[in-house]
Amino acid sequence: MSVIAKDILQPEIIEDTRPDMLVCKDIAKIYPTPKGDYTVLSDLQLTIKKGEFISIIGHSGCGKSTLLTMIAGLNDISKGAVYVDGNEVRGAGPDRAVVFQSPSLFPWMTALQNVMIGVKQVFPHATKKQKQDICKYYLDKVGLGNDFNKRASELSQGMQQRVGIARGFALKPKVLLLDEPFGMLDSLTRGELQDVLLEVWQKEQITAIMVTHDVDESIFLADRVIMMTSGPYAKIGDELRIPFERPRNRVDILEHPDYYQYRGYLMDFLNH
Amino acid sequence: MKERILQLTGIQAFLAPWISVIKGEEVQKNVQALLKSYIYPLLSILLFIGIWHAGATYLFNKEATAKIEKARTERGEAGALEMQNCIISGDVSCQPNTLPSPAKVWDAYLSLLADHKIISAKKDAFELKVAKTNEKRIAKGQDPITYTGRPSFVDQIKTSLKTVFAGFLLAAFIAIPIGIIIGLSTTLRTSFNWLIQILKPVSPVVWLLLVFMIVKTVMSDSDMDKSFMISFISVGLCSMWATLVNTSMGVSTVDKDFVNVAKVLKLSIGQNIFKVVLPSSLPMIFTGLRITLSVAWMVLIAIELLAQSPGLGSFVWEEFQNGASDSNAKIIVAMFVIGMIGFMLDRIMMVVQKMMSFNK
Repeated sequence: MSVIAKDILQPEIIEDTRPDMLVCKDIAKIYPTPKGDYTVLSDLQLTIKKGEFISIIGHSGCGKSTLLTMIAGLNDISKGAVYVDGNEVRGAGPDRAVVFQSPSLFPWMTALQNVMIGVKQVFPHATKKQKQDICKYYLDKVGLGNDFNKRASELSQGMQQRVGIARGFALKPKVLLLDEPFGMLDSLTRGELQDVLLEVWQKEQITAIMVTHDVDESIFLADRVIMMTSGPYAKIGDELRIPFERPRNRVDILEHPDYYQYRGYLMDFLNH
Repeated sequence: MKERILQLTGIQAFLAPWISVIKGEEVQKNVQALLKSYIYPLLSILLFIGIWHAGATYLFNKEATAKIEKARTERGEAGALEMQNCIISGDVSCQPNTLPSPAKVWDAYLSLLADHKIISAKKDAFELKVAKTNEKRIAKGQDPITYTGRPSFVDQIKTSLKTVFAGFLLAAFIAIPIGIIIGLSTTLRTSFNWLIQILKPVSPVVWLLLVFMIVKTVMSDSDMDKSFMISFISVGLCSMWATLVNTSMGVSTVDKDFVNVAKVLKLSIGQNIFKVVLPSSLPMIFTGLRITLSVAWMVLIAIELLAQSPGLGSFVWEEFQNGASDSNAKIIVAMFVIGMIGFMLDRIMMVVQKMMSFNK
């Protein structure tokens, strides 16, 4: 059933000629437990082209966040390897910026300082003015133009996550990793932030991977939705191209005749 | 800033109902708030004084009866009558020695203040007298002559405060750096944990003896104030544990998200400590310092009492040994002063602690 649906949805697969930005090769995550090894992920293959926006969906606990933290270098890779721009990943680094689920801003710093601490690491030789300009540019883009000097603890959750997004982009990463960045927000704020994210991304065209369990979010944002099977031994079960034109607009997408077919296809996968 | 301090100290909340009543806003609600925050506490104070007074009267009568009976058995009916008259007349030589009544404590307080005025006047006069001589002595490179008369009660309080702050600073300078180092490394934490756990519950008295042993030897040929050194080092050693444990705890339990951000940004070890670990553990460190200060003040009195160093502790002990008619009342005055200063110190630390916490 699902295979037929896919054929109808995607009769022709256009060869993507962009270079590979991120390659996950045979990667596995195994946690040793007293009762023997517990394999969360196994033999997982994933290739992402430069400038592609990927979203990964799957049930809670399927290991999608584990996969993302392994790419980020925050979690050891048990088997296999991750390559970014041809180089094998060793440990975390600002070339793979992460927007975490909780905003993870330092509450004792202002919004500007929170972005600045990253910018200083990535552009150590820039002048102070240049660094300031970078921070202000991105904060302005995410709608915090008037709140540079507000303490992070004084901002609302949604505002904090905007700063988190600004910090991610300001690092000029090769890959931007988003770990359910809107999971803790109410649905109105979530919609606003999706728009903000998409707007900045449209300008920067940074390769992005977003983990989510929101089907609509994954369709709206991504070029390709990766569906993961439930763990243990989770792997990529299926993938779906979302060929909507960019720049995207929420209303146009919701009214697009194919939208519900894509949505149905993803829901079908998740419900089986 | 001023408003913020008022708010943090609780002064604002304390004064708010008055202001509202005077302005005529929500009178009934604010009168109730006034009752709650002024009248009831005031009633509880009156109740306390009442019980104290009743208890003191009972003890006084009991002691007086015993004295009269004793006089009767020793010197017969005439002796008993003489003793009774003596007690009623208020003669200091035959007053029953027991818990003083609130009124006596108040008198003792006033007499201590008066005493302070007399001593300060003497001190000023003395300084004026030796001013010229001292100038000459200093010019010659000699030590100036200082007043060595009996210290007043207020002087004792100042000395105690000086000692407690010296001890507190010592505790902070030892405990915070060690706490940070221990907190950063699991290995160090597990290897030193036994030492901390064993030393933490050691009584102030034992610390004092230990410090005495060391200071006596180290400073055998120095003419610095040994008793001050001994008491403030003991206070520091007794009180530093709360800060040490809290600092290492704060440093070792930095939010996992912050650690991840630091990793992604590839912060250096120095940046990690000063930009992430320290700021995020500041609230814990200041909670520790607050406990340290209150412990320091509490053990100070005991230590001064034992070390024979000047201060409130030795004041209490001297009055107890003295046994004059108003000695007991003076001890009670000292007790209230100690309590109130402790309360004030804790309030100050609470304000600092609140200013340091970022989850406002």
